[in-house]
Amino acid sequence: MDDIILEMRNITKTFPGVKALENVSLQVRRGDIHAICGENGAGKSTLMKVLSGVYPIGSYSGDIHFEGKECRFTGIHDSEKLGIVIIHQELALVPMLSIAENMFLGNEQATAGIIDWNKVRRRAAELLRKVGLREDPDTLITNIGTGKQQLVEIAKALAKDVKLLILDEPTASLSEKDSQALLDLLLEFKAQGMTSIMISHKLNEIKRVADRITVIRDGQTIETMDKADVTEDRIVTSMVGRALENRYPPRDPRIGETIFEVKNWSVYHPLHPERQVIRNVDLHVKKGEVVGIAGLMGAGRTEFAMSVFGRSWGVNITGEVFLHGKKADTSTVNKAVEAGLAYATEDRKVYGLNLIDHIKHNVTIANLPAVSSKAGVIDDMGELKVANEYRRKTNIRSSSVYQIAGNLSGGNQQKVVLSKWLFANPDVLILDEPTRGIDVGAKYEIYTIIGKLAAEGKGVLVISSEMPELLGICDRIYVLNEGRIVGEMPAAEASQEKIMRAIMRGQAREEQLERAAS
Amino acid sequence: MSTETAAPAGSPAKASAQDAIKSNLREYGLIIALIAIMLFFQFTTSGILFKPVNLTNLVLQNSYIVVMALGMLLVIVAGHIDLSVGAVAGFVGAAAAVLMVDYGFNPFLAAAICIALGAVIGGAQGYFVAYMKIPSFIVTLAGMLVFKGLLLWLLGGRSLGPFPTEFQMLSAGFIPDFIGPWTIVAPTPNAAGNPTQGTGIVLHATTMIIGILIVALMLWFALKSRRDRESHGYEAEPFGFFIAKNVVLAGIILFLMYKFASYKGLPNVLIVMGVLIAGFVFLTKRMTFGRRIYAMGGNIKAAALSGINTERLTFYIFSIMGALAGLAGLIYAARLNQATPKAGAGMELDVIAAVFVGGASAMGGVGEVAGAVIGAFIMGVMNNGMGIMGINIDWQQVIKGLVLLGAVAFDLYNKKKA
Repeated sequence: MDDIILEMRNITKTFPGVKALENVSLQVRRGDIHAICGENGAGKSTLMKVLSGVYPIGSYSGDIHFEGKECRFTGIHDSEKLGIVIIHQELALVPMLSIAENMFLGNEQATAGIIDWNKVRRRAAELLRKVGLREDPDTLITNIGTGKQQLVEIAKALAKDVKLLILDEPTASLSEKDSQALLDLLLEFKAQGMTSIMISHKLNEIKRVADRITVIRDGQTIETMDKADVTEDRIVTSMVGRALENRYPPRDPRIGETIFEVKNWSVYHPLHPERQVIRNVDLHVKKGEVVGIAGLMGAGRTEFAMSVFGRSWGVNITGEVFLHGKKADTSTVNKAVEAGLAYATEDRKVYGLNLIDHIKHNVTIANLPAVSSKAGVIDDMGELKVANEYRRKTNIRSSSVYQIAGNLSGGNQQKVVLSKWLFANPDVLILDEPTRGIDVGAKYEIYTIIGKLAAEGKGVLVISSEMPELLGICDRIYVLNEGRIVGEMPAAEASQEKIMRAIMRGQAREEQLERAAS
Repeated sequence: MSTETAAPAGSPAKASAQDAIKSNLREYGLIIALIAIMLFFQFTTSGILFKPVNLTNLVLQNSYIVVMALGMLLVIVAGHIDLSVGAVAGFVGAAAAVLMVDYGFNPFLAAAICIALGAVIGGAQGYFVAYMKIPSFIVTLAGMLVFKGLLLWLLGGRSLGPFPTEFQMLSAGFIPDFIGPWTIVAPTPNAAGNPTQGTGIVLHATTMIIGILIVALMLWFALKSRRDRESHGYEAEPFGFFIAKNVVLAGIILFLMYKFASYKGLPNVLIVMGVLIAGFVFLTKRMTFGRRIYAMGGNIKAAALSGINTERLTFYIFSIMGALAGLAGLIYAARLNQATPKAGAGMELDVIAAVFVGGASAMGGVGEVAGAVIGAFIMGVMNNGMGIMGINIDWQQVIKGLVLLGAVAFDLYNKKKA
């Protein structure tokens, strides 16, 4: 018989109006890496919140057994006492405190309330070595990158004598290299006998590390499979409830004249004005064309987009923007929108949505004049009609347009952001990581929307870190490296290798220039 | 994806009466709390609270707090705070006194100048908050000190008054009875043949007519909005509940109007307040300007990236707050019939308390005009009731502080439960 460390039986959890989980059961074997996958809104995070005590006993039905004992958690403290530690998708670190301080937050190494700093540093250094992070424990969190922050989170979990580590989309915001390092670390922990549960959208990662995989769809367990039986297709089929033959919707591109053009665009860093982040970028988008910008993290893609869109980022911005062949003023967001530009942000929670307001108000906020009189009086019913129309068009899954945006799943939030910009009726849309943290099914829907926009004769500029995605949906791809365009290719001729080669060449050239300068 | 479609948007959601009560409880909880507090004091003051003369006093005493609470609501929803409003009100009141008493300005001209002065002061503070990005707490704390000082300087230690009669009427006057009194029950004549005070029922007819008109308008709007919603298949509360709710509201309004009518009619300042309240409800609920304030308070970065000029909006909000503080200063000065060096001291705290008791969030993005007004009256009724009961000022403060804390705690508890 298997050694089961955790068993959750018939977990049902309802929110007002929504059944988030229905009779979900989960068995995790000791020493396994157990992956949980499912579409956004399927109930994965809710399940983990039930397990870790975020939703206390009584707020759900069903029972939890950990190491053979029934658990009745009233809060996170109870589950942590048993060694169940969850690392949330949004990192919970305090930026202006040091690595060591963050690691022992709420778990301070103190006697009678007095912190033993020597012990703190010693233990911190020990744990940092374990996770393979070479940083001084006194370094402030704000000064290290996301990848390293993720490692600090894991070290923090280790400090609590963790028996079951739960990671909610640990690689969502990591670069390829950091992701691989993190997965290696998980495998190492496994070798030492630790059990972990990993929630992930990335099928290749799941295949690489998971021993067993449970698929959840619409709040129900669909199946649990062993590593040996897993294929990507089978996971995808379980997740969306049908075989997804083509991950990218077919398109029939009809490309017209140039609609959007940026010439000689340069931008400097707002905090370090001597640092040039965007260097003389030239690019253009044609009518009905989907153009991608590829590049590594820190290449300056978001910075480019935001600086074009109302100078929302950077200082000393120079260059020209043309829309429909005419020079356009995009110096404020308002003017950029008026000129026919829209920018959907990569970080929907921080830059995209008013999370405490409902869908209806979020959809219309960028184009309120279209639902109000000249004097500024909003036509309530007209607004409702618009919100319902876009909810249908972009297939937002919610109880109504009066659902609070903060309570929607990531994919549905992204659709609200898209709806907002579709309603502003731009000619050119810049979509920054439009499918980040979104499941396969919702991605397909977003691609479909992008395809429709192009078919309507709009120009679409897509920024993405996922190269297959760019190859799948774009007509043409620019490669950006260190703020410079280092390559341009039709998607038909492009490949991941070609893009990477362009980046490498760009880097080599950058180094040459630096050497020449010094 | 064609296989999965969202639930049809227009499915008529017929809520049950229970749901309707539940969803409205938060909205009407404040009114219910206000009524409960009023009934409590009606009982403990052996019936004095609801006497027409006392209700009229209640309005006069709280008018300037309500006026400033309207502006403070915008400020707090936008995610800011304004600590200077009391000092600004005092300063503007003193400026009005100097203009009218010392220089003999026409009262209406002087009032207009003073409200504009308030707007300029608010705008100046708004400039530092919006464009210099200095936290509003600091800017308005500085403003509070500055205008307290300027008030002392302007009056040089004197109290300045009295004001011209027209100006006094702002706070002491009542609307004229165009129609003439209605005698429902003739007062008993005394020995000299004159009517005895406090007997009979003689109503201020214009006041009653206005009351009836307001109720009619309210019902018409309620019906229209219900029909609008129903025609879009949305949020139709059960008809019985709808009727009961509106009948109760209409009853309350008519009852209050009857009380006013059996004294001297509607105070002028209540008309000013009523118009402002209606205007601010409309502004926050139906106008793009108001919507943008909520969007900015909810997430300022997202609002800026949606094309909202957050700096200009902040500037306007503080200008409006300043103008209202100026108006409140005038009302206060007219009520005392003099400008004093102590005018406005501590008023900002009552105003801020009113907005928070009324359910606004200190984080911004949440709060309603009606809530702020009711919050102001909850605090006002407590002042009034405790004063009549003869509770010492020290304990009054303690009780008011606890009510503020309790109200916000209760609100948060409710939100958590939901």
